[in-house]
Amino acid sequence: MRTNTASVLGVSRTRTERLVNLVICLLSTRRFLTAAQIAATVPGYEHDPEDPKDHEAFQRKFERDKSELRELGVPLETGSASVFDTEPGYRIARRDYALPDIPLAPDEAAAVGIAGRLWQHAGLAAAASSGLAKLRAAGVDVDPQATLGVEPIVRVDPTFAPLTAAARDRRTVAFDYRVPEQDGPTSRRLQPWGVVCWRGRWYVVGHDLDRAAPRCFRLSRVVGAVRLTGRPGAYEPPRDLDLISYVARFSGPIERTGRTTVLVRKGRAAGLRRWAQETVPGPEVDRVVLRYADVDFIATQLVNYGPDVRVVEPPEVRDAVIQRLKETAARHESPVLA
Amino acid sequence: MTPGAVRPSADRLGRLLNLVPYLLARPGIEVAQAAGDLGVTERQLREDLELLWVCGLPGYGPGDLIDMAFDGDRVTITYDAGIDRPLRLTPDEALALVVALRMLAETPGMANRDAIERALAKIEHAAGDLAGAPVAVRMPGSDDRLATLRGAVERGRALRITYYAQTRDQTTQRVIDPIRLLMVEGRAYVEAWCRRAEAVRLFRADRIDALAELDEPANPPPSAELHDLRDGVFNPGAELPLITLRVGRGGRWITEYYPCEDVRPDPREPDEWIVTLRVTDLAWAQRFVLGLGPDATAVSPPELVERVRDAATAALDAYAAPVTETL
Repeated sequence: MRTNTASVLGVSRTRTERLVNLVICLLSTRRFLTAAQIAATVPGYEHDPEDPKDHEAFQRKFERDKSELRELGVPLETGSASVFDTEPGYRIARRDYALPDIPLAPDEAAAVGIAGRLWQHAGLAAAASSGLAKLRAAGVDVDPQATLGVEPIVRVDPTFAPLTAAARDRRTVAFDYRVPEQDGPTSRRLQPWGVVCWRGRWYVVGHDLDRAAPRCFRLSRVVGAVRLTGRPGAYEPPRDLDLISYVARFSGPIERTGRTTVLVRKGRAAGLRRWAQETVPGPEVDRVVLRYADVDFIATQLVNYGPDVRVVEPPEVRDAVIQRLKETAARHESPVLA
Repeated sequence: MTPGAVRPSADRLGRLLNLVPYLLARPGIEVAQAAGDLGVTERQLREDLELLWVCGLPGYGPGDLIDMAFDGDRVTITYDAGIDRPLRLTPDEALALVVALRMLAETPGMANRDAIERALAKIEHAAGDLAGAPVAVRMPGSDDRLATLRGAVERGRALRITYYAQTRDQTTQRVIDPIRLLMVEGRAYVEAWCRRAEAVRLFRADRIDALAELDEPANPPPSAELHDLRDGVFNPGAELPLITLRVGRGGRWITEYYPCEDVRPDPREPDEWIVTLRVTDLAWAQRFVLGLGPDATAVSPPELVERVRDAATAALDAYAAPVTETL
């Protein structure tokens, strides 16, 4: 009896039902089908082609349905049914539609399941879960409980998705960029090559059109929306591109050739003691030796502890600390009003 | 297309196109289990099945429509009308999975990296042209240290750790009941019940100076609640003290590293910014301001201004006196 309810009675159908039937119909045909042929076949498109109003309503409905299928990623092909046909025809090629077979071993499936959960707090969460649903539909069993021992928590900036899409489509973008050391944002034009996550921060790397040179930008410093200003495929990133190399500047291991001796009050400055080369305990203070690479940097570390730490040698570290203390004391001399 | 921008009807269509191959791969699956797997209610799943039951190939006769057999609570697809495979991955789906797998493969101390890399290769193969996601990930960190911590967490033992608590500038011994190992913003943390604090705490891996596995099992109380890390590791609560600093150009970086309540240029001296943030305690704030040196001035509370001034003056007085072993 269901045949009747499905096609003969022509009762009002849900849009989804019509779309499922449209997909099945277009998958099953090798020839391109014109809109008129589809209307005559697929339930839900019944109309009177002679009635201009009715026909127009059908055309609008069909356009909406096509764009909904494309939105979902259904590869709708357009072509001519025959040399005599002037109307465009449609079909869906099975090889373009179907997800290829993915023979995942159980441990691989577990890894994919964990990967899909990474985005739980971030922008690609919906895409990750619909991607996982497709893998499940392909017969992959994803264990929702599996863990790999270390759980990365991924956070991305809101500009991650548009910048990645622009890099993928090779489209020039423009955005406002604020660096804290500068007073206001500046407008930048970039041909993005890719997006990099380095030490938990996100960057976009590309050809900066204003500087005419490769540049990287921190995503958290982009102010407002990313504007697409160019056509897709407008440029080619360099061959053998190593995105990470633009963000991470390796200077090799830091050489700590300096040696400073400081007196540290008993039970204080635990943060310094962790890096001590040697510690000679005394009755009230301990004599601690630290290695350092840069005078200003070690001075910053030592000055944190105020009177709990006192530099004995060398003079340049001692002087740098005293200089900083003097400036801080002067800045806090009189009460400052907000 | 922005992720999640699909219309609800398209959402349902996507679900239905998936449902047939999903069931086809699992003949005789219980409806309840399928619903749980697919993240829908049982009722929703039954409605989806009813809808599919009236869809099929042109002709729409008994042999053309999608058909299924019910056996109690179990369902088997007996005719698929040609939708026997799921739809290929969209660019965003491929991106989400490929980037996440790259991230897992890059996470230090990860178990079974080999499986992650094999999975990545297969997903990239299935995604075809879309696999060339223009996203690179690098997460430096000590593999050995994390592997040790992971082993300890996996064996489910309580741990005695020597931990440097940076906010209090103290190195302490404590016994913790580990719950999980996390990577957040490029840093590794052990989330554990701390028996000393009697609360769930995040311990930064690089501040665990020593570690010993105890002979007793890790046993966090059932009431232990995991951190919500949606907004990062440090989520200052409204009960924490507010401090206000005036920072020069060279100190503006703090606004990117610490969550700030308010940042605005000083109307009288636009080069200087007035920055308000919450801190765990004023002793930490004192060290913070002293460390910023010429780039920062404490503005409020008055107690902080006083502490910074007193610490700097006392230190200077000590330098003015001859060096002794007493400070």
